[in-house]
Amino acid sequence: MAESAVVVEENKNIWDGGVSPMKVSYGKLMMWFFLLSDAFTFSALLITYGMIRFSHPAFEGSVADFKFSQEYWPIPEKVFEAFPGMHSLGIESAPLVFVGIMTFILILSSVTMVLAVEAGERMDRKGVEKWMLWTILGGIMFLGCQAWEWSHFIHGSDMSMNAIGNAIMGAGLTANQYGPPNFAALFFFITGFHGFHVFSGIVINFIIFYQATVGILERRGHYEMVEKTGLYWHFVDLVWVFVFTFFYLV
Amino acid sequence: MENHVAVEAKPVDKKKIAKIWKVAGILAVLTTVEFIIAFTIGAGAARNFLFIALTLWKAFYIVSEFMHLGHEKKSLKMSILLPLLFVIFLIFILIYQGSAIYDSLY
Repeated sequence: MAESAVVVEENKNIWDGGVSPMKVSYGKLMMWFFLLSDAFTFSALLITYGMIRFSHPAFEGSVADFKFSQEYWPIPEKVFEAFPGMHSLGIESAPLVFVGIMTFILILSSVTMVLAVEAGERMDRKGVEKWMLWTILGGIMFLGCQAWEWSHFIHGSDMSMNAIGNAIMGAGLTANQYGPPNFAALFFFITGFHGFHVFSGIVINFIIFYQATVGILERRGHYEMVEKTGLYWHFVDLVWVFVFTFFYLV
Repeated sequence: MENHVAVEAKPVDKKKIAKIWKVAGILAVLTTVEFIIAFTIGAGAARNFLFIALTLWKAFYIVSEFMHLGHEKKSLKMSILLPLLFVIFLIFILIYQGSAIYDSLY
């Protein structure tokens, strides 16, 4: 970014205007404050998950004996144990493998985003194009995985009966085969809200990728837009790190 | 086309790239450790503590290195980090509330 050549006079308050006291541009600063507010939103959602989980009985007993029931909160690794095509491979259960791969995809796309920012700092248009494209691809792959996971979660597997004895298959907003109704509601809300962030991140990344490709950013003289969309993209990755822990692991 | 002057890309700083991949490696290793813990240590307070510690460790690397906050001015760091103290308060108050609901129902 072109540094503004503002001479700071002696004894002049840096907060009086004319300079950037935090040494970042207005746009980046506002992106940070937006992300702070978004962090509060996601914190509230995850803490709500904790509160509702604590207000339900936990499963008492060994993990091996676990069965789905409306009476207690499910063990996540027993819910998320499917993998595309695993039955044709003869695998009965692959707990957390799929979500683990999703996590790696998102972390990798965060890495390619840093590389795009780094290329932008060097005014390397080709580099920005390449790494932005990889980032977008990573995001699309993540969303594809999530679509599969949602589909599997909604359609369900044939191993559960609810407490009354009616077989419930899969999950909806009022009831689900895995546990109390709130379990599925929170799953849809939290991973859905995060997935929507991934989606909007892909859209924003694509716009910046397009602007870099047609040379708009080069003519502007700096690639700061890549840094701003980069901040947003890393935040999406950061949120997933927490969702992964508090929804899938704990 | 007056804007046709090709902009020269500056040379790659190998150290910077190496640092990026190093952080990526740390994040991958921490995630793998979490994955291993999920299947080797039985559920309980100790395991949850490990999960949360590893998560915060990963979060530190993402925010500090990838989002570059570790290299920003102190005033910016504090403007972003200090408000998050409210989150800690919310954790305690809502977990307490959740347990109270549990006690009144069961």
